[in-house]
Amino acid sequence: MIAEIGLAVLWMAAALAMLQLIAGGLSLRPEGRQLAALVRPVAVMQGVLVLVAFGALVTLFVTTDLSVKLVVDNSHSAKPLIFKIAGTWGNHEGSMLLWVTIMAVAGAFVALIERRLEERTLIATLAGQAFISLGFYAFLLIASNPFARLQEPVDDGQGLNPLLQDVGLAFHPPTLYVGYVGLSIAFSFAVGALVTRNVGPAFARAMRPWVLGAWIFLTVGITAGSYWAYYTLGWGGWWFWDPVENASLMPWLAATALLHSVSVLASRDALRAWTVMLGVVAFSMSMVGTFLVRSGILTSVHAFAVDPQRGTFILALLAIDIGSALALFGVRASTVSEGARFSFLSREASLVFNNVMLCGILGIVLVGTLYPLVTESMGVKVSVGAPYFNPVSAIFAFPMLLVMAVGPMLRWRKDRLDGERARRVSLPLAACGLLAVVVLVGVELTAHRISLLPALGIAMASGLVPASLLPLVGRNLRRTPFAVWGMVVAHLGLAVALFGMASESAFTTERLAALSIGETRDVGPWQVRLDGMMPVAGPNYTALEASVTARYEGGAPIVLHPEAESFANPPGTRNQSALLTRWNGQLYTVLGEQGDDGRWQMRFWWKPFVPLIWVGGLMVALGGFLALLGRVAADVRRLVAKDKIAWRRMRQGR
Amino acid sequence: MSVHENRVGENQAGENRGGARMRLGLWLPLAIFAALIALFVHGLLRPADTSVASAFVGNPLPQFDLPAANSERPGLATAAFHSGKPRLLNIFASWCVPCAAESPQLAQLAQSGAVIEGIAIQDKPQDLARFLANNGNPYAAIGKDDDRKVQLEIGSSGVPETFIIDGRGVIRYQHIGDIRPEDVPMLLAKLKEAGA
Amino acid sequence: MKHKSAFALAATLALVLSAPVALPVLAQEGAPSAPYAYRQLPDPDQEARAKALMVTLRCVMCQSQSIADSDAPIAGDMRSEVRTRIAAGEDPEHIRQWLIQRYGDYVSFTPQVKPITWPLFAAPVAILLLAGLLLRGRFGKGTRT
Repeated sequence: MIAEIGLAVLWMAAALAMLQLIAGGLSLRPEGRQLAALVRPVAVMQGVLVLVAFGALVTLFVTTDLSVKLVVDNSHSAKPLIFKIAGTWGNHEGSMLLWVTIMAVAGAFVALIERRLEERTLIATLAGQAFISLGFYAFLLIASNPFARLQEPVDDGQGLNPLLQDVGLAFHPPTLYVGYVGLSIAFSFAVGALVTRNVGPAFARAMRPWVLGAWIFLTVGITAGSYWAYYTLGWGGWWFWDPVENASLMPWLAATALLHSVSVLASRDALRAWTVMLGVVAFSMSMVGTFLVRSGILTSVHAFAVDPQRGTFILALLAIDIGSALALFGVRASTVSEGARFSFLSREASLVFNNVMLCGILGIVLVGTLYPLVTESMGVKVSVGAPYFNPVSAIFAFPMLLVMAVGPMLRWRKDRLDGERARRVSLPLAACGLLAVVVLVGVELTAHRISLLPALGIAMASGLVPASLLPLVGRNLRRTPFAVWGMVVAHLGLAVALFGMASESAFTTERLAALSIGETRDVGPWQVRLDGMMPVAGPNYTALEASVTARYEGGAPIVLHPEAESFANPPGTRNQSALLTRWNGQLYTVLGEQGDDGRWQMRFWWKPFVPLIWVGGLMVALGGFLALLGRVAADVRRLVAKDKIAWRRMRQGR
Repeated sequence: MSVHENRVGENQAGENRGGARMRLGLWLPLAIFAALIALFVHGLLRPADTSVASAFVGNPLPQFDLPAANSERPGLATAAFHSGKPRLLNIFASWCVPCAAESPQLAQLAQSGAVIEGIAIQDKPQDLARFLANNGNPYAAIGKDDDRKVQLEIGSSGVPETFIIDGRGVIRYQHIGDIRPEDVPMLLAKLKEAGA
Repeated sequence: MKHKSAFALAATLALVLSAPVALPVLAQEGAPSAPYAYRQLPDPDQEARAKALMVTLRCVMCQSQSIADSDAPIAGDMRSEVRTRIAAGEDPEHIRQWLIQRYGDYVSFTPQVKPITWPLFAAPVAILLLAGLLLRGRFGKGTRT
């Protein structure tokens, strides 16, 4: 019964989306004005209905309804509850339902609370949102019905690939997903503003919290995914420039650029066409990413729900949605004036520069990821990996980081760096630059065999850490707005992550060893000893567990337990690494196979400061969260004040 | 469409020559996007091929002299391929399931007069003996390649793979994966071609 | 990261008693016996050179992993080949070319400068030019008004 309700409700939601699109579209013409009143309530109702449908699917998974095909294919009655719930979106149909759910619920929120934007633009935005949603409803209802029943119920489900039964699955995909789909709101705002030729600060302020929110989720999702890959894949790598990773990085880069340009538009009324463009690009990168992951046209180590036919459907949606938006842009953007002017030395200028650099990195990642497809269409297979991406994106990243240090110190519109301003801005920045140079020279002189990029990274990060704190100097910290705190924390986080990346790349010690029980090896500052082997059994696997004692520079012993696990159903092996984290780095241990001589293959890495990569990533997200909090709080205050005024007026009988 | 728009724009704002160029630039994103879609369509239409073909086809076999993989057959050296008669070189292993699946086809090829040389990858003599007892032994010789030295030398990336070597020891063709019944006539034809 | 319970312990005991053959980590494919698959070169300079090369070579059996990140047997044998050659004093780029001769450009994560890859190297230049054009347009006008 629940499945039927879910499906029926989904059809109703699709019908409402159709109504939302038609009413919204017609109401933009003079003769259809009356229809405008329909759009907001319909959008809210659509959101509620989809939420009910999604709830129905979650319920089916939680209760393991074995007459539903999707549940049988992807779940099992004996699975822990968290993996039952995660199983809802751990498959193609469920994840598409999650996609429309986020989209419709976000649309409902916009309809419910957005009051600042001109009504016509808002209606156009909601119509745009309905337009994209309709494509995904069609995809769900025609080609991937999540509620389909089996002819005959079966005894139990097939379970989820045990390798995916990790907390990583419960959090990484939906987080990334909320980010991907959240950008659809930014896209719809951009389309709405283009349709009604109303690109201005009000539009930017309406769009900003959605961009911020989506961007926070993207940041957390990428950070979590990187750490998941790091501890699961067993070779200590944390970023591989794999197509699927790049597919998540590209929307993030576009959203980062959008986030900054939307701020310029909101506070300075500049960069109008550029912001609209980025709004379209950011969501198109989400869809390109989804397409690349699902279609399987590029080989990836993280392939998910690959099916070329679904790829075709997503590609069609991509072509229709983004193609029409870009065509609209071509037609309308020339009527959007550029907005306010600013000088070469101003905060706007630095933001524009970094926007362009971010788009440059995005271009490089896009070209590098897709180039193998281009050559394959000519019959040649090539690979593009880190040796291309690292240096070429650095061409854009390093200037961007430099400007990132300077920009927040500059004034809007026009700044002059002489007299008092020189003392306040130039001197501290010069000191940070000097620190970076000193660190660079120091690293080059002391470290053995360190290559250029990591050395530059360490130097840059050392200069950036103090530089990103400079905007707080001379402020009353208690009265500093959340938005400023957010910016400082996010920029600091980027510097911290950069330091972690560069340090990992420069100072990692690798030790591969075949050890007998009782043997000791040095791994950088650590002495590790293989104490013993123990067979253990997990819930659905058996494993050999090694006992390894590690001492940091002869200090107290700490025991680690790396495991080699074998799964019977489906068969497979997994090396579960054991990590030991200290303030200055991480010891990474992996148990391999037993050699013919009875010794155990073990792999050890000492990675100085590697956790800073993910700590930094989370700081970036936290910065976004603080900024969002600041914006939302300001909006709420404004709403409350408005209500108070209205109430007073009412009481005074006006 | 874009050209029309530009003309209108130029007429209206004749003093701003950069404007028209700018307006053309506004269509650049759509052009890039169209190229992207074309690329994706092409990628979807192309049959998925994840195998890595050897780039070494057309080159002479490298010098090698592999010891016998077990007692039933002698080892394999490059010299065996200089007899003037084309041969098949089958790379296999007892631990590989598709290798067992292709054994009837290998037997059929051997019956049709093809000489099949084998290279066993990382195999143990007793495993190999069991494999040959179960699946038949169509090989003239079986070399033992424990470190994949020869496999890497000829650009082979997995098991099973079958190469056609002509009478002068030059690699003429590579077949990736197990030999299906429908592949047999094709391989025989290629073999004949290599002998011509 | 790992959860073990009393149930797991009981299961362990049952397993040890009933199926000792299941205990050795089962290798589905032949174990790499090549000398340097899982062994480093004694000379740290040589090892560093080998490592720097290995992270840029693609494992031909895996899904987009380098031979330095893979447990696939052929990746181990390729590592051993690389280390052996480095130890013999061969130039890393020479080894890369040797592999490209056999597996094509696919085996190298470092794109080779060839006619078919020129757009890849032109891309940063083109993007820089485009960026320059965009920035010039904006600031050029900005100073005029």
